[in-house]
Amino acid sequence: MPAVQETIDRVKAIDVDQYKYGFETILEVDKAPKGLSEDIIRFISAKKGEPAWMLDWRLDAYKRWQTMQEPNWARVSYDKIDYNDIYYYAAPKLNAAPKSLDEVDPEILKAYEKLGIPLREQEILAGVEPTNRVAVDAVFDSVSVATTFKKELAEAGVIFCSISEAIREHPELVRKYLGTVVPVTDNFFATLNAAVFTDGTFVYVPKGVRCPMELSTYFRINEKNTGQFERTLIIADEGSYVSYLEGCTAPQRDENQLHAAVVELIALDDAEIKYSTVQNWYPGDANGKGGIYNFVTKRGDCRGKNSVITWTQVETGSAITWKYPSCILRGDGSRGEFYSIAVSNGMQQVDSGTKMIHLGKNTTSRIISKGISAGRSQNTYRGLVSAHRKASGARNFTNCDSLLIGNQCGAHTVPYIESKNASAVFEHEATTSKISEDQLFYCMQRGLDEEEATALIVNGFVKDVIQKLPMEFAVEAQKLIAISLEGSVG
Amino acid sequence: MAEIAMMKTQAETALADLFARSKSLLPGDARSREDAFHRFAVKGLPHRRVEEWKYTDLRALMREVAPLAAKPDAAAIEAALAVESVFAAAEPATIAFVNGHLAKADAMPDGVAAVSLAQALAEGHPLLSKLGAVSDAEGNAAYALNAAFMTDGVVLHVTKRVEGRVALRFVTTGASAVSTATRVLVVVEEDAAISLLETHESANGLAHQPNDVVEFVVGDRAEVAHVRLNAESDAALALSTVTAHLGAQAAFGSRNIVAGSGLSRHQVWMTFAGADTKGAVRGATMLGGSQHADTTLVVNHLATGCESRELFKTAIDGRATGVFQGRINVAPQAQKTDGKMMSAAVLLSEEGTMMNKPELEIFADDVQCAHGATCGELDDDLLFYLMARGLPRPEAEALLIESFLGEAVEEDLDDAIVGEALMGIVEAWLKKRG
Amino acid sequence: MIEIKNLVAEIEGKRILDGLNLTIHDGEVAAIMGPNGSGKSTLSYIIAGKEDYEILDGEVLLDGENVLEMEPSERAAAGVFLAFQYPLEIPGVATMTFLKAALNAQRRAREETELTTPEFMKAVQDAAGKLEIPRDMLKRALNVGFSGGEKKRMEILQMALLEPRFCILDETDSGLDIDALRVVSEGVNALRAPNRSFLVITHYQRLLQYIVPDTVHVMANGKIMRSGGKELAEELEANGYADYKAQEAA
Repeated sequence: MPAVQETIDRVKAIDVDQYKYGFETILEVDKAPKGLSEDIIRFISAKKGEPAWMLDWRLDAYKRWQTMQEPNWARVSYDKIDYNDIYYYAAPKLNAAPKSLDEVDPEILKAYEKLGIPLREQEILAGVEPTNRVAVDAVFDSVSVATTFKKELAEAGVIFCSISEAIREHPELVRKYLGTVVPVTDNFFATLNAAVFTDGTFVYVPKGVRCPMELSTYFRINEKNTGQFERTLIIADEGSYVSYLEGCTAPQRDENQLHAAVVELIALDDAEIKYSTVQNWYPGDANGKGGIYNFVTKRGDCRGKNSVITWTQVETGSAITWKYPSCILRGDGSRGEFYSIAVSNGMQQVDSGTKMIHLGKNTTSRIISKGISAGRSQNTYRGLVSAHRKASGARNFTNCDSLLIGNQCGAHTVPYIESKNASAVFEHEATTSKISEDQLFYCMQRGLDEEEATALIVNGFVKDVIQKLPMEFAVEAQKLIAISLEGSVG
Repeated sequence: MAEIAMMKTQAETALADLFARSKSLLPGDARSREDAFHRFAVKGLPHRRVEEWKYTDLRALMREVAPLAAKPDAAAIEAALAVESVFAAAEPATIAFVNGHLAKADAMPDGVAAVSLAQALAEGHPLLSKLGAVSDAEGNAAYALNAAFMTDGVVLHVTKRVEGRVALRFVTTGASAVSTATRVLVVVEEDAAISLLETHESANGLAHQPNDVVEFVVGDRAEVAHVRLNAESDAALALSTVTAHLGAQAAFGSRNIVAGSGLSRHQVWMTFAGADTKGAVRGATMLGGSQHADTTLVVNHLATGCESRELFKTAIDGRATGVFQGRINVAPQAQKTDGKMMSAAVLLSEEGTMMNKPELEIFADDVQCAHGATCGELDDDLLFYLMARGLPRPEAEALLIESFLGEAVEEDLDDAIVGEALMGIVEAWLKKRG
Repeated sequence: MIEIKNLVAEIEGKRILDGLNLTIHDGEVAAIMGPNGSGKSTLSYIIAGKEDYEILDGEVLLDGENVLEMEPSERAAAGVFLAFQYPLEIPGVATMTFLKAALNAQRRAREETELTTPEFMKAVQDAAGKLEIPRDMLKRALNVGFSGGEKKRMEILQMALLEPRFCILDETDSGLDIDALRVVSEGVNALRAPNRSFLVITHYQRLLQYIVPDTVHVMANGKIMRSGGKELAEELEANGYADYKAQEAA
């Protein structure tokens, strides 16, 4: 497989402290003043041209948020966030909404080009076989700047647009589903998001439609002191299928930046949603200065019978990661899957995992989590598997493996396994170990140097999860992992 | 989640009153008892939002406080001890306690010196400085309450490899429910060894509230085999704690069999302070009706090259709830740690509940640690196989449950007589289940 | 040419090699035989560069260059190949992936051009065919779930592919049935070449009926006690190692 070779080459080519997405794009920006208040929320809502019900929803969330406290149960520590020292709205200056890519600021297009995200459809068409096309929604700071392949998707009946546009154009769908998976007051960060979310992606796949291409959103935080609060809502109607990819980057900055997103997935009868994330936010420098606080609530609702939701995530970035993509297995026979690779190096802190809530009969779930800690990082898997009284025939298999590279990092496993049904069968296994000296020696005897050998063995360790990613993402993910571990051997 | 300042519950108020009335009557230094009660009182009874008590909400479950048991008279002692001990066949040298007070003591075998805790506290026995060797337990509610109320118990000083077995027998009797608080300190010197059997018994029906603590301080190359049996009243609320502070190249094993109590919480702190030691904690829990049994353990690896094994089996019938929380901590210096923890539960009825929380917290890289947890019904294929060979379903089930629990009861148990006695308890439970 | 000169090594203070001398010429197949615990496997690990040993004296020269100063991977690139007695399992790493990574790493180290994927595939399939290794085995994770015989064949496949100068076979016959032994031996014999030397380490003479050595050396007490032609192996088979153990005791 060529990916391994590329990984090795990449590792060699890159110096330590090498976040390659750390560039900044200089743009004219439309910003709301710093801080959070009812006025700011009204400002955001007005900027988006939202209907009154949406503004009311936001204001209600803001009221509730003010009575809430930041959660402190995760194994992460950070200085107190001053929520009044953040810009809640920053948008590249545009002459109204861009009608076509020609109207998008060329600087933004350049930024996405640097990230390797083609926004021009003809380029995509020229370069890649038609079967591999990916429709992209690009979110720059607070707003969606471009969505590709809209027309072709519309022909299939698929709605793929920014959430702001959906609120204006498809209010009936948004009102029906928004906040039904992650309620407004679900948790501190989700409530904050409900009050101030600025943009994000909306997907609706109608009954019986197999979405003709992969859908993708690329999130980029560019502005200083800016929070990104995107909201994603994906609805797969009966018998439909959609695969969605999410990628994230941010410039290298000394300050910490807050990213508090909410993602809601709804799968109706016999529908399937695959949600893949490659998260590569700026992790901070080797001493822990700067980096993104990634406090994200992602939840899928297998609402219909025999529905399927799969979360696959490759987490290599962020100073702090706090996220637990979960599945509520409500429909009888529904299935939830979670495949995760979390790599931490430097001073990164990861507290991530999943929840599989078995409510319906004969529901199944599968959790494969691979944590790799290096440097002085702390990496925690936290998960919940529960079977309620009526969830007869529920099945879960969980496998959490942690790998430690170096003796200054930590790897932790905190699973909660709760069964209230005798016919539910849960199996959980977890291991923590380091790369075996014997394996390393064996590889080195065959001619690999230590770093190459380590990369090879780590790639083997995470293979079960990599295989679950769409092809394009799998190659990218392998490279990212090797880059993240750069300098950890020695 | 907002922090809400909790109102004092009725039980918390009752505990404060009980302490105020009792403290001057209890042996030893009143000051350290007051400190201990204060450690409890600042946080009050733990509730479900206290992570370590997530699945056993003592604040909700402990409604009333039974009065502290008085010292029984000779006739009551005789009646209480007339019932044959589970471990009678093992012929141990026995120290018996009735209602939390020393009642009767056999001569100790060579190498064991025993002093009652009440006497040790009154005299300021030098070995008492070893209490609290595992400091992690100090702030724990059950441990702090025991430190505030402890009436009696024993200090065992083990200086040689002891032949035969020593038993500690705790019996609670009387016409009404009582609280007891006993404390046992076992100091095992270098190269010494002891086999210690511990039983807690009371007749069904009364809501006794025993809270007992056993602390082991184990020297280099010393060996301890500890078996504990909870056969308390089906209405009892039983709190128990075992701590073990282990030296180098030692071998320690503690096994807890739960065959009684309406509500029980068994806590273990095992700390590896010296290198190359082996420690094992095991347990078998049999539950039915509306019983609730919690096992919470923390294994601390502070030294290099130690091996820890934890194996817990829980059989759940009726509407009962089983809880297992186990954490293996590996400190940065504890390289070459080998830790394995397993909790398996079998649900035998529609309405049983099992909560598993096995954790790893690892700060050293050259380690091999693993945990596993399973929960489910009896294996259908195995049941079918046994039934196809002619066993009726109840017998086939009983056989499977017995083999399931048997692993935790008998694994690594060198003492056949004790093993037989314990399996007898499993069989009795299965027979009662029908 | 391989020259082992006065090699002295210890592990945890225990002397394992005690002034061992041995020369193997180009194209030569040398066998080392000896009782269990005589240090045979240690010798193979030290030549390949396993870390656990303390080398107190001596050198191992490959064409005049001392390999003891090289990293294990450098030794491999220089042409040292060790067929392990117990090949390691590497979960999740497909055999093909591993083979290509190893081969190209060595080629890079030698400043040769890397093989293209079709070239590589052909090379592997040719070698695999000769060793009766089915294609699906190459897709599976390296050595995971392989039988003893499959693991040993996989070692010989790697040897064929990597084209080493100097091959060490450490107890390659252990755990093999007679058919597997034949396949493995034929694989090795096919690789015999004028510019390639072999060191075959074995306890039993059985393997040497299939891989016929040019020279046989008896090892005990961390040294070569006696050297001879292939007839020495037969003599050992008849008399055992008792003579050499007696010397040890004396």
